[in-house]
Amino acid sequence: MDLIQLKDIRKTYNLGEIDLPVLMGVSLNISRGEFVALMGASGSGKSTLMNIVGCLDHPTSGDYWLDDHEVSRLTARERARLRNRMIGFVFQSFNLLPRTTALENVLMPMLYSRESLSEHQKKQRAAEFLQKFGLSDRLDHQPSQLSGGEQQRVAIARALINHPQVLLADEPTGNLDSRTSEELLQMFQQLNSTDGITIIIVTHDPVVAQHAQRIIYIKDGLIRNSPDTPRDGSAA
Amino acid sequence: MKWYGILKTALGALHRNVMRTLLTTLGIIIGVAAVITMMEIGNGATIAIQRTMTSIGANTLVVVPGAANTGGINYGIGSIMTLTPQDADAVIKECPAVGNVAPIVRARTQLVYGNRNWVPTYVYGTTPSFLQVRDWMDLDIGETFTEHDVRNASKVCLIGQTIVKQLFGGQAPIGKEIRVRSVGFKVIGVLREKGANMMGMDQDDILLAPWTTIKYRVVASALAAANQSSTNTASSTEVTTLSNIYPEIQQNLYPVPSDTEQADAPQPIRFTNVDQILTAARSAAAIPDAIQQMTTVLRQRHHLRISDPNDFNIRDMTEITKAMSSTTELITKLLLCVAMISLIVGGIGIMNIMLVSVTERTREIGLRMAVGAEPGDILKQFLTEAVVLCLLGGTLGIILGRASSYIVTSVLHWPTATSVGAIVAAVAVSVTVGIVFGFYPAWKASRLDPIEALHYE
Repeated sequence: MDLIQLKDIRKTYNLGEIDLPVLMGVSLNISRGEFVALMGASGSGKSTLMNIVGCLDHPTSGDYWLDDHEVSRLTARERARLRNRMIGFVFQSFNLLPRTTALENVLMPMLYSRESLSEHQKKQRAAEFLQKFGLSDRLDHQPSQLSGGEQQRVAIARALINHPQVLLADEPTGNLDSRTSEELLQMFQQLNSTDGITIIIVTHDPVVAQHAQRIIYIKDGLIRNSPDTPRDGSAA
Repeated sequence: MKWYGILKTALGALHRNVMRTLLTTLGIIIGVAAVITMMEIGNGATIAIQRTMTSIGANTLVVVPGAANTGGINYGIGSIMTLTPQDADAVIKECPAVGNVAPIVRARTQLVYGNRNWVPTYVYGTTPSFLQVRDWMDLDIGETFTEHDVRNASKVCLIGQTIVKQLFGGQAPIGKEIRVRSVGFKVIGVLREKGANMMGMDQDDILLAPWTTIKYRVVASALAAANQSSTNTASSTEVTTLSNIYPEIQQNLYPVPSDTEQADAPQPIRFTNVDQILTAARSAAAIPDAIQQMTTVLRQRHHLRISDPNDFNIRDMTEITKAMSSTTELITKLLLCVAMISLIVGGIGIMNIMLVSVTERTREIGLRMAVGAEPGDILKQFLTEAVVLCLLGGTLGIILGRASSYIVTSVLHWPTATSVGAIVAAVAVSVTVGIVFGFYPAWKASRLDPIEALHYE
């Protein structure tokens, strides 16, 4: 069974008088260990789809199965727990806590984790993750003292600290130069191949998307198999 | 999420913005400091007022003999003689709520010194504790008479300022002998000026002497014929107080009757009476206890049956005690009002800054939610921050308050008294303020939508 199964997902935003349909029946399967890029123009609904896949939002209708959990039926609290356990987020603007050291930024998701670890064990694990991403000498640096690439690597360490199954990256290279982007994407590929983490990258940059095993195009709230030729909505 | 983690996160968030944290707590700091300073000054004032009231005689309880009632005719207060000096001894011994006791024997008689004479308002025979009861301990000059003088019936006296003026003019009175109804009394001390009492009676127009001296040497002759039951002379062997001088010597002038003989032929009771017993309760609060205990002791001593009415009356200074309690109550309430206002202002300050903080940290909240914080976690975190802020403010406020009340004492010489209650209340109130005023911002934070919060600019 696939890790992520979306079946006829619809999302309609209610803007006062008018209803704005954003997703119009998206069906999508992503299996365990895949590296997928989600491409689409702005306004295509890719952010909304991303939020639903990331359990931040629930669809207006349709079914979403994430590792045997029927997410669309869960409450906000249950979704919060699921996010903590299953999903790591990487954002375009890094979203690190300001005036907080890299180590503490990485520790933060464990604060909400159900895992019972001692303070020392948590710190050790966070330090190991930072080391893995080549930041062992940056543990006590605050985000303002780190370069963009380093900040994004701290963010990835934070996303992976709870051993999630899925890594969701929303325009992860948007604020980085091309060389750093390349390094980051190689890191993603490595994580995907060695650690078997399912990675979904949202991007509008075809060069970034090329690094993925599969590219999913979304346009006007529907899935397409190629950027230009519109077909029907099933891309599984 | 564990409390330790929450507390650490809250402290971290506050530490990230030290300046703002301090400025935010300033409201609470000043509020709590004001409360503590005011409470301590107020407490000092209350104690000072109580001391003043005590010197007026607020704690004083006067025991007077009851009224004689024969054939339906009531002779009024003091018409029977029921109180003895032994009653006074028993009261001080058996009533824990009573602090001091002084029996009083009154006389109204002429004083003569040289070519001058004067009839003072009060000629009191008493014990040295009279001065304690009346809070009149520090004499102007000289010294007070002692228990020994009371046992000896020494002819010594203390006089008030009015008598000094009337009898001695400009002369020094100490060591001079004044005659009280042809008995010579040596002046050994002069009382400090006290002025008129609430009824307009001149309290300085007073002569104090051992009660034994007044009773046996001055009043005895005058009252001997007036009341058979109280007849007693200095030579009587039954004056137990006098035999205190030589307690080991048994004075058995007559054969001691056996119990049977006593039962067959009861002796008429002869006792030394006093006109009133002045007592002081240990504090204003102890007055009801003191009255109750004295009533029990005196009824027992006077062998009154349950059906018998009291043969004595205990009077308290209701007017003064009421004035005292209403004054202190007023002060306390006033200070409470000031305290509440300053703490509410401080609390609103905290709420404002917390609201700003929530808006400013919207992205952080969104991020925390994205990585798995439940709404309850966010609520707890911001609530903890507010409470920590208030506790911090409370602690600094206590230190500042203690310091400023110390300064007030040392610079302005106002009396202050440390109030543990105020400190405890300040801490409790600042935590409450933290919870009450921190709740709304925290609730607002917990209700944020993670998607919107993450993209908040």
